[in-house]
Amino acid sequence: MGELKLMKGNEALAEAAIRAGVDGYFGYPITPQSEVIEYLMAEKPYERTGMVVLQAESEVASINMLYGGGGTGKKVMTSSSSPGISLMQEGLSYLAGAEIPCVVANVVRGGPGLGDIQPAQSDYFQSVKGGGHGDYRLIVLAPSSVQEMSDFVPLAFDLAFKYRTPALIISDGLIGQMMEKVELFDQIPRLTDEEVIKRHPWATNGKPVGGERRILTSLDLDPHKLESHNWHLQAKYKTIEENEVRFEMLHCEDAEYIIVAYGSSARIAQKSIQLAREKGIKVGLLRPITLWPFPKKPIDELTKRGIKGFLSVEMSAGQMIEDVKLVVEGRTKVEHFGRYGGVIHSPEQVLEALEQKIIGG
Amino acid sequence: MSEITLQDIIKPENLVYKKTSLMTNKALSYCPGCGHGTTHRLIMEVIEELGKENETIGVAPVGCSVLAYEFMNVDMQEAAHGRAPALATAIKRLWPGKVVFTYQGDGDLAAIGTAETIHACNRGEKIVIVFINNGIYGMTGGQMAPTTLPGMKTATSPYGRDVATMGNPLKMTELVATLPGTYYVTRQSVQTPAAVRKAKKAIKKAFQNQLDDKPGVSFIEVVSNCNSGWKMEPVQSNTWMEENMFPFYQIGDLKVDGKLIDR
Repeated sequence: MGELKLMKGNEALAEAAIRAGVDGYFGYPITPQSEVIEYLMAEKPYERTGMVVLQAESEVASINMLYGGGGTGKKVMTSSSSPGISLMQEGLSYLAGAEIPCVVANVVRGGPGLGDIQPAQSDYFQSVKGGGHGDYRLIVLAPSSVQEMSDFVPLAFDLAFKYRTPALIISDGLIGQMMEKVELFDQIPRLTDEEVIKRHPWATNGKPVGGERRILTSLDLDPHKLESHNWHLQAKYKTIEENEVRFEMLHCEDAEYIIVAYGSSARIAQKSIQLAREKGIKVGLLRPITLWPFPKKPIDELTKRGIKGFLSVEMSAGQMIEDVKLVVEGRTKVEHFGRYGGVIHSPEQVLEALEQKIIGG
Repeated sequence: MSEITLQDIIKPENLVYKKTSLMTNKALSYCPGCGHGTTHRLIMEVIEELGKENETIGVAPVGCSVLAYEFMNVDMQEAAHGRAPALATAIKRLWPGKVVFTYQGDGDLAAIGTAETIHACNRGEKIVIVFINNGIYGMTGGQMAPTTLPGMKTATSPYGRDVATMGNPLKMTELVATLPGTYYVTRQSVQTPAAVRKAKKAIKKAFQNQLDDKPGVSFIEVVSNCNSGWKMEPVQSNTWMEENMFPFYQIGDLKVDGKLIDR
């Protein structure tokens, strides 16, 4: 049993960064995730593990610091909230193109624009459909508890390095700000410089003696070579889709209806399902843990099993529902429910939507 | 008397110039007459002379020198437009024992990357920044740069830069010299053998500062020609540079060992 603590989601994320053996955190304050960099600065991780913590001049600088630092083979991380993550989209495209691993955490708030500082899930499209320019994908993990805010940090790094690509942890202001019991994992030692050099021969940390120099770039002026690079990226993304889908199913065995929800909405939906079952409605929860790669197979299997309808519950105007519909392909009813702009739906409202839009609709 | 053949001349004792192994054999993509190639060579010669080819990480910009990594035979990263100082910051912070430099043009460093430049300088990052200022956007076809002189004609100031509507040229080097985070700030050029020798000395000093762990950025501006963008012959462009650019962008040291020079 690891150390138990009562922590905010943002603090758990920050503590997990230290314990995951992160070499560098580069961030910029923005509500509702400023506790991440505040915690790191207060905790002096440079004394605990040698980890570098730097407050950058902007989110644009932060993400480009990840490019530089990640490009040397070190574990680098940043975090922000929606408007800041928008600023990082250019950098994420370059990171994906140059195949540089890193972890970015988005504690989502209401939008569009400056929006507000309340929880939302309206950055789904930006996270899973690209966000920046060009054909690329990010590995997207969606924690639904403070515990997962901690657990997903080392997982995100494992995936980022395994596939040499940026990984995104997408939570929201609710998970970032709420306090829960969290079991912290034991300290994972930072790699030594020698281990980094040995483990990541692609990284630019000084040309090997007698060896070839390494170049990290997303540029190729020859369209045929760039197309080949894109084929390589697409093949990598296909491998990720085949191997890294993560999801959770709750009460799906006898379910006639399914709520698809991630993060905070999945937590709320659990209560809705309890209320529904008290009324005799057989409803289950499918919780995507990886938003990309999206859990297509379980949705397809549930559809084949004869599920009478899917309700996509999101704190957005309906974004993930498009991916649910792409799997269901019209074979059964798919509807969306969610409050947004920083408003959180209640379990009762979700149940009401299920009854009206799916069961009665 | 027998005829002297080429083989008689190519002997070690006759060697007067040798290309550094830290320049690759790839033909430079720069226009003949441009100062980029010379500046590339000087940086690579300095790294070779300091014996740091296996400990150097360079960051290339966006602009004419976007392909700098094709020519510089050390580990290189290609940055997004203007962001090189942010990359270099993280590289140096995570590998304090390595030699880290950026190579950037005026559009990259003084327009889109102004924030990254100023903040890296103000934080006192222990990196070298080499800044090529030719007063124009070369790669995109000769548009107005933040450094374009008043009245200077470019593709986007076809009637000359009107400072009332287009703003004034930005002296980034003077600006960063005032920041406490810069340790060495100098402005050089590479249009004559004498200037090349001085520029090399400055570049060497900059890298030596980093090896000596001196506090702060070593910042070298190289005022260069852009004969294609300026629509001139190479020699003519160098003369024009000396007559027009140098009075505005005064050559010489601005800050040495952390102290401003009285100019």
